Amino acid sequence: MGPSSHRPHWGDWQMHLLQQGEAGQVSARRKKPWQQRIVPYLFIAPHLIFFLTFVAAPVVYGFWLSLNDWDFLGEPRFVGLQNYLNLFDKETVQGLYFWNAMGNTLEFVLYSVPPLVLIPLALALALDSRLPGRVAFRTVFYAPTVLSVATVAIIWRWLLDTNAGLVNYYLRTYLGVGQNIPWLTDLPWAWIALVLMTVWWTMGGNLILFLAGLQDIPETLYEAARIDGANGWQLFRHITLPGLKPTLLFVTVMTTIASFNLFGQPYMTTGGGPNRATQTVIMLIRDEAFKAYRMGSASAMAWVLGIVMMVVSIFQFRALRQHIEY
Amino acid sequence: MSDRKWLRRLRRDWPVWVLFLFMLALALVWAAPILYMISTSLKPESQTITWPIRWIPAEPTLENYQTIMAATSDQSPLLRWMWNSFFTASIHTALVLLVSSMAAYAYARMEFRGRDVLFAILMGTLMVPSVMNFVPNYLIVDRLGWLDSYAALIFPGLGGVFGVFLLRQFFLGIPRDLEDAARIDGAGPFRIYWTIVLPLAKPALVTLAIFTFMGHWNDFLWPLIVMNDPNMLTLPPGLAMFQGKYVTFYGKLMAGAVISALPVLIAFLFAQRYFIKGITLTGMKG
Repeated sequence: MGPSSHRPHWGDWQMHLLQQGEAGQVSARRKKPWQQRIVPYLFIAPHLIFFLTFVAAPVVYGFWLSLNDWDFLGEPRFVGLQNYLNLFDKETVQGLYFWNAMGNTLEFVLYSVPPLVLIPLALALALDSRLPGRVAFRTVFYAPTVLSVATVAIIWRWLLDTNAGLVNYYLRTYLGVGQNIPWLTDLPWAWIALVLMTVWWTMGGNLILFLAGLQDIPETLYEAARIDGANGWQLFRHITLPGLKPTLLFVTVMTTIASFNLFGQPYMTTGGGPNRATQTVIMLIRDEAFKAYRMGSASAMAWVLGIVMMVVSIFQFRALRQHIEY
Repeated sequence: MSDRKWLRRLRRDWPVWVLFLFMLALALVWAAPILYMISTSLKPESQTITWPIRWIPAEPTLENYQTIMAATSDQSPLLRWMWNSFFTASIHTALVLLVSSMAAYAYARMEFRGRDVLFAILMGTLMVPSVMNFVPNYLIVDRLGWLDSYAALIFPGLGGVFGVFLLRQFFLGIPRDLEDAARIDGAGPFRIYWTIVLPLAKPALVTLAIFTFMGHWNDFLWPLIVMNDPNMLTLPPGLAMFQGKYVTFYGKLMAGAVISALPVLIAFLFAQRYFIKGITLTGMKG
């Protein structure tokens, strides 16, 4: 235990804010010489400068950009909400491609989040038992998460190669699949491939979080329930699941955000194909900004995606908080 | 040493062993991509596609590694990319630790006007999706003249809020007694921060260091955007270019993948404890 058991569960910091707020009010009344009063500002200044330049200012700047038409060379031209209206107008190229990309991104979120939450949850329950070699298993499942998305994509493009890949080879040889599956060039295979490599790559992080969550549940709760005659399912339903609720919430929201940010895997394996069917919003934003040089339009897309992401996060947070009750 | 005892134990424990075998199979599947990457990288290009598939190369060779390393100067300078990644990630990480811990110490321990509002603003931006900042940050970095320079990879991330949040949480958990004692002995705020608080925060700093370094080392989109000069790329976008060069020469592609994967995999195996502790402490990844 001790300070290292703090985890940034949502809402944690709000509590700290409250506590700190009270302490802060008392202090402001005391007068100190200016040399002492500037010390705290000297401590926060380096971070604050970078924060204002690269975190806070871009939010304002990005919104301003989204209200302008700008090709990066001439002067920005104020166009009001035109960039947003274009996105909602299917007659424009932006509208057409944006909703296609938005649909693809949402599709990936829907396909990838359930396995990325449920598989590590199941594995965590298995590894939390007195299974021999569980530390070694944990290591193996976690190892891929330290790789970069580029390394992961290169490996999986080879494994999923239509004619020469390991996966099709085993499907042919041991499962009698007659035809080679075009994993990266046809639907629905491209989605299956993207989900597969993403699960392989990132599942381990969620596994570790679930294992930590399980360890936070006091053993005495289980003992008491067992004395009361609870069976395995009841233990899971009434002790494990409620105890894991904060972790489950955190993992689901974080995984959803990560899935919305899908970029590297399709960029390097499917190229967004076939026919833009796996082009995600981030891929489109990058093309719009750095290939077509439409900074305003790209910013508008980023804002719409960002707002959708925040709305989904809040919705998940609410839904999950209420849903898993005791 | 009786068979019967063993049998009795087996009868009692068989569900555990079934589970064990299942997990073993799954672990093998999980390790297979990495093992096959290594295996392919050691095969001559002509033998990467042979049926039946050989997991152990018949004639292991390092020629793929030699080829891709020899191609350093022109199109895919792997070693240069690796150096770019390592150099910028190291400096970036050191600066993040310094800048974040200073700010976190002030937010945790000092009293000053505007502190709570500022901290609330910082925390508010934790929820702003990073995608909203890519385009404006590119333009800001361009205006600063940092495109195609290491500065673009080192500095923008220093404004991140996560490290401040994490370290502040940790500082709040450290008892004040030592700091008070030092203050009575006449130590100034910077001395207290540097010689007392930082050493106590070592576990949190190590964790933050690992995750900052890894996050930077694996970052794909940002270096892809701010670097046009192939020599200035970091390893991940470099690998995308590398893939474009060797399209289906899988022996060479896998050698490149091994070179990019090996440092982090080895670091992970040695510092596993910190990784695992770190992820539960920070609850972030990917």
